[in-house]
Amino acid sequence: MVAKNIGEPVLRKEDARFITGKGNYTDDINLRGQAHAFFVRAPVARAMITSLDCSAAEAADGVVAVLTGAQVAEDGLGSLPCGWMVLSKDGSEMKQPPHPPLAADRINYSGEPFAVVIADTLQQARDAAELVEVEFDELDAVVSVADAQSGPQIHPEVPDNTNYDWELGERDETLKAIENAHHVTRLSLVNNRLIPNAIEPRAAIGDYNSGTDEITLYTTSQNPHLARLVLTAFVQLAPEHKLRIIAPDVGGGFGSKIFIYSEETVVAWAARKLDLPIKWTADRSESFLTDAHGRDHVSEAELAMDENGNFLALRVKTLANMGAYLSTFASAVPTYLYGTLLAGQYKTPNVYVEVQAVMTNTAPVDAYRGAGRPEATYLLERIVEIAAQEMNMDPAELRRKNFIQPEDFPYQTPVALEYDIGDYEASLDKALAMADYAGFSARREASVAEGKLRGIGFSCYIEACGLAPSQVAGSLGAGVGLWESGEVRVNPTGSVTVMTGSHSHGQGHETTFAQLVASQLGISIDDVEVIHGDTGKMDFGMGTYGSRSLSVGGSALMKAADKIVAKGKKIAGHLMDAKSEDIDFDDGEFKVRESNLSKTFQEIAFAAYVPHDYPLEELEPGLTEKAFYDPANFTYPAGTHICEVEIDPDTGVTSVVKFTAVDDFGTIINPMIVEGQVHGGIAQGIGQAMLEHGIYDETGQLQTGSFMDYCMPRADDLPNFDVGMTTTVCTHNPVGAKGCGEAGAIGSPPAVINAITNALGVREIDMPATPLNVWQTLQNATHEDARGE
Amino acid sequence: MSIPISMTVNGKQVSKSCPANRTLGQFIREDLGLTGTHVGCDTSQCGACTVHLNGDAVKACTVLAVQAEGAEVTTIEGIGTKDDLHPMQTAFRACHGLQCGFCTPGMIMTGIDLVNTASRDNVELGEAEIREGLKGNYCRCTGYQNIVRAVATAAQQMED
Repeated sequence: MVAKNIGEPVLRKEDARFITGKGNYTDDINLRGQAHAFFVRAPVARAMITSLDCSAAEAADGVVAVLTGAQVAEDGLGSLPCGWMVLSKDGSEMKQPPHPPLAADRINYSGEPFAVVIADTLQQARDAAELVEVEFDELDAVVSVADAQSGPQIHPEVPDNTNYDWELGERDETLKAIENAHHVTRLSLVNNRLIPNAIEPRAAIGDYNSGTDEITLYTTSQNPHLARLVLTAFVQLAPEHKLRIIAPDVGGGFGSKIFIYSEETVVAWAARKLDLPIKWTADRSESFLTDAHGRDHVSEAELAMDENGNFLALRVKTLANMGAYLSTFASAVPTYLYGTLLAGQYKTPNVYVEVQAVMTNTAPVDAYRGAGRPEATYLLERIVEIAAQEMNMDPAELRRKNFIQPEDFPYQTPVALEYDIGDYEASLDKALAMADYAGFSARREASVAEGKLRGIGFSCYIEACGLAPSQVAGSLGAGVGLWESGEVRVNPTGSVTVMTGSHSHGQGHETTFAQLVASQLGISIDDVEVIHGDTGKMDFGMGTYGSRSLSVGGSALMKAADKIVAKGKKIAGHLMDAKSEDIDFDDGEFKVRESNLSKTFQEIAFAAYVPHDYPLEELEPGLTEKAFYDPANFTYPAGTHICEVEIDPDTGVTSVVKFTAVDDFGTIINPMIVEGQVHGGIAQGIGQAMLEHGIYDETGQLQTGSFMDYCMPRADDLPNFDVGMTTTVCTHNPVGAKGCGEAGAIGSPPAVINAITNALGVREIDMPATPLNVWQTLQNATHEDARGE
Repeated sequence: MSIPISMTVNGKQVSKSCPANRTLGQFIREDLGLTGTHVGCDTSQCGACTVHLNGDAVKACTVLAVQAEGAEVTTIEGIGTKDDLHPMQTAFRACHGLQCGFCTPGMIMTGIDLVNTASRDNVELGEAEIREGLKGNYCRCTGYQNIVRAVATAAQQMED
């Protein structure tokens, strides 16, 4: 299976257009005669709309129309649905409030759109929006996740502001084990709210052709087919075959562009209603206010151990903030992408988790890079670190002692997953060596001599990626299948056009997938063109999220390429007067075994399209094959991250002086791209641990609504990262790949916080560990010590 | 009210009329159709719209088009061609200094300015100086490591 191209750090094909300014992002597209949309948004977090008068706005210069929530309802547009049904402990279905694309009478979060102004120019639309007369009867907002269940009820459909009360694992066994344990480590912790901030803001252009009754929607989507399915089957925007969605170059997503939002829905609807192309591009303030946020959990956990530090049981209770509406995949994130990962890399025999999803008057919360798995990893790797402190054990050795061993695979966890393969000790050992753990105490002494504090922290993470078996997902409430499609279209000259249902928004599919297909067909990657992101071009596909593209989408392409080779053998057999079973395909040539007869891939392609000498009775002409691949299991990337920090105790300024990541992603096609994915993930993880925090005030106003108050890592906030790999090949997909896109963001936050608590000599510090937070924690610890004496 | 303006963009003389409140970024993208310059925020924080104005890097969202009257403007489209790339463009590809590509034009324009300024002021451009010099440009994909490497690599080549 390992062939030429596989494992090579091939430079990216897509770069040629990006480095010359020739990319084609949604906002780069302008349609003849287009109008511009500007959304009118609520300035308050919770209110009734008592009056709305758009007449002055409608009369303003250049205004084509002002459309409102009432008109959306009149036209019969449905609610934006959440696609994953989660059942509560008592078997009842989750409580889902309606989510109208434009609010008609009630406002549930600050920034929620309730009208849209369409005008000839953006400036005119923006100016006219100021003329919309609206009055609100303001209500008390529910903001904090901890207070959500006792606050005023936001939606009539959701009593106690609670969508579900879910559980996983054996409750009684777990509680018994905790009760009888030698030692129980207890921890309360918060997973801070994040705002994704892809650098390209969301955008959409709706275009309607009254002659064909077809809508084309250009939009910044990670999964255009899913968007089409939701907008047609659920929102009833148009029949599915009359809506084409094109997601051209997309400037980063990190989850935030999975979801189906109000704006693209309204723009497509308005384009047909007004028979006019309509364009909308978010400004950054709109991104902050309305892109689905991430994380925002409050949890309590207990880890029980015997006298030797063997883990006996883990119990977790989590409140997860869903925001004002259930976004497209929101319900699955704190349940099936979170609770299922709480066994981590450890042989803990009993795990029990309860999750209550609650609503607040804040922007919807949904999957953000890692989605549930960073929350699980943060909780588990923090409590394990504290357990090591309390048991007076080396944190690396406590982890090692509890690892699932290579001979234990396949390993059934107590929280529903079956890990297929891994070698956690190999990653830990390599990371310890790369991080020079042995030399840490000398480095710490050197720091202390300079008046600084130094700490080291570990994180041994696992994630479930490659979403995943459709039947399993379906049985757990998924509203869609989770396979992927791929097509390998061989052109008559032997070059190849590849269509994939995966979507690249920075991940480099045009290169990785070309390497994969080129190596399967024995041709140059220059002869392979990868096309994605257009429902008018490729078969239905599921898109890109959950580190699934290579393991699922790549596997579909391998299957399609195998079919090409199989058909090629039949054509070659005919041309060389041999049985197809006697043809070998190697390095781009079809050879008759034990002879010197051969045909090139290009000759076979030509023969397929110019079938003058061809077995037409038995074989169709042409050489194009499709495959749909539905995985047999999730994939389980895993690894060890080690962070080392140095802290100035006078200021709290914390420098990450060394960051080591050793990951097992299975088979790697392009190590350059994989390392880049790891770098980016770690940067976002360090951002969460040290800088980023989405904050609302008590009235529901977003306090971190711009790059001036939401602190994302800049070039001088980060060190270089040392990235290493270990490999156990995924046992159940043909590529052998596990996925690499989210690992950095999953593994790094606890490593950073563990390093900081280690340096400060404290048990806990909340994320983000800003200089103020670090300094304050140090002051508190010093005062407590003083009082203790 | 439209105001007539003329400037040189990527070596070509352009004369147009535009409203006084139109930013240079909007002018480049909307009026000239040069969409390589991207707009990523509205507070001059992200740097995706960085272009050169009379040889210096500026954020095009923070300059009014009328302020560029008579100026020489260079955008990502003006520094090299597919077959004759600027060393900074080559280095970004060679070092995998980009992923989604959205911040890339601004990063490249800032990188070129950084190298030119360091060379003019005779300042050594080490990793710390590059990181400091790039802090006006956000990238959410790469973690900056390969961007820093790309700028260092290009600096070497631009010197040679």
